[in-house]
Amino acid sequence: MSAALAPETLDLTGTPRIKTGTLIRTELRKLADTRSGFWLLVTIGVITAAIIAIFFATAAESERTFWNFMGATATPQGFLLPVMAILLVTSEWTQRTALVSFTMVPARGRVLFAKVVAALLAGLAAILLAVAIAAIATLLGGADDPWAGVTAQDFGIFAILQASGILQGLAFGLLFLNSAAAIVTYFVLPIGFSIVAGMWSALRDIAPWVDLGTAQGALFEGGGDLTGEQWAQLGTTSLIWVVLPFVLGLVRVLRAEVK
Amino acid sequence: MIRVDGVSKKYGDYLAVDDVSFVAQPGRVTGFLGPNGAGKSTTMRIMVGLTPASRGQVTIGGHRYADMPNPGRHVGVLLDASAQHDGRTGREILTLGALTMGMPRARVDEMLELVSLSNSEAKRRVRNYSLGMRQRLGIAHALLGDPSILILDEPANGLDPAGIHWMRGLLKEYADRGGTVLLSSHLLHEVERIADELILIGRGRVVAQGSKEELLEARGAFVRAAEREALLDALQREGVHAVPSGDGFQSDADAEQVGKIAAAAGIALVELRPADGAGLEDLFLQLTADTQRDELSEGAVA
Repeated sequence: MSAALAPETLDLTGTPRIKTGTLIRTELRKLADTRSGFWLLVTIGVITAAIIAIFFATAAESERTFWNFMGATATPQGFLLPVMAILLVTSEWTQRTALVSFTMVPARGRVLFAKVVAALLAGLAAILLAVAIAAIATLLGGADDPWAGVTAQDFGIFAILQASGILQGLAFGLLFLNSAAAIVTYFVLPIGFSIVAGMWSALRDIAPWVDLGTAQGALFEGGGDLTGEQWAQLGTTSLIWVVLPFVLGLVRVLRAEVK
Repeated sequence: MIRVDGVSKKYGDYLAVDDVSFVAQPGRVTGFLGPNGAGKSTTMRIMVGLTPASRGQVTIGGHRYADMPNPGRHVGVLLDASAQHDGRTGREILTLGALTMGMPRARVDEMLELVSLSNSEAKRRVRNYSLGMRQRLGIAHALLGDPSILILDEPANGLDPAGIHWMRGLLKEYADRGGTVLLSSHLLHEVERIADELILIGRGRVVAQGSKEELLEARGAFVRAAEREALLDALQREGVHAVPSGDGFQSDADAEQVGKIAAAAGIALVELRPADGAGLEDLFLQLTADTQRDELSEGAVA
């Protein structure tokens, strides 16, 4: 307690605002400071290495190119990074720590912003790990011209796809504020969509406009050279699956009574 | 200083907090006393901006809590000792708090020592903590930012008698050094021993407030008449403060004065006696009984 204590009014001039960098560091720490969080991060690392090792062992020598190794990591990371993002948001509610977090930092938007940045940084770290392991595997692989097609643009697409999954995970977390509901919805909705689309041709025709997976598939296959229409499809699907749930979830959390 | 000014909170048609006003002064331990569901926790959540008030406002040291740049450095808050991630260790929870508030790491060890959590206990995950240990951790967290004001919701809950004794000493010393302490409890005897000031709340309304001595002092009178409204009018016309108590009123005037007022107004009294000093306990028991009766009748309807 400070020695000179004004009886009526608190002097706030000596205490600077909590820095955004501090909030981001705290959120990064929260990703790893529980057993489940820690092992999820370890799992992401181990699976990334394992999938590259399996590909190395099973693929023909000519197939062992950098981009093939990277492609192998996309799916497991695409599953696990959104789960990490979901849990970063929902654990505050299922474990009720939001009560403490939002008391220390009453500006809830700042806490959520720090979570977004922390989740994206963790995603970036996962991709960099994949790059490092894939590069080693490529050097050992012995394929002719193994670095073909490695351009900055390809890295960009790779990063955008993973970032989109992380943001969608955060959005679903904010929207449901419940780990199970957010995770199940995140994975089941696209599967449900493709099942329905398989039976109903009208839906199949509009799929590129409403199904994120279809629209993103074009990005991956086209290597970034999309037509205007395909960009528009990527825009609308991202709007529907990432931006809209994020905004709804944000409004929900900013207005919610925290108990 | 905490100033609560005309705060109300409505959930649909249900008024959880009804025009609550009070002040918690520096250098005093203020006890916020009421049965479960009286609106204590809601009021405390409103103070720190976790729950928006329907009306009224709270200032802490002249500021809205949400406007403070780093509130943890001024106001220590413990709203629910169970609201911590089960999978984190006690030390980790304090470390996260210290990081956020910008306190040195050494502060974590100081606080652990202050609340008597040993090094090995601090390394355990809070899943394995007893409620008493969680309360100690919560108090350590509240004190982490070296605040001058404390807001504690049911801090004695789950503490053993030795723990309650310890906390009483801690909070008393804190207030003696000029700190403001607001703590809630649903147990009269618990607060009676810790608090200097008492605020009694029932069904969302403040029903009595003042210093402990004032409230526990044998003074005033209990009065009962068949014509309740007329009696209350007559007393109020004479400037006598009277609050409902049982089927009668507890007045701040003594029995003689109340008797004269009633006689002058021509109201026949059924009962008139000096307050027996247990007025606070009566009032509190009545509040508690009301709530329990509500729960019973609701159960019967269902």
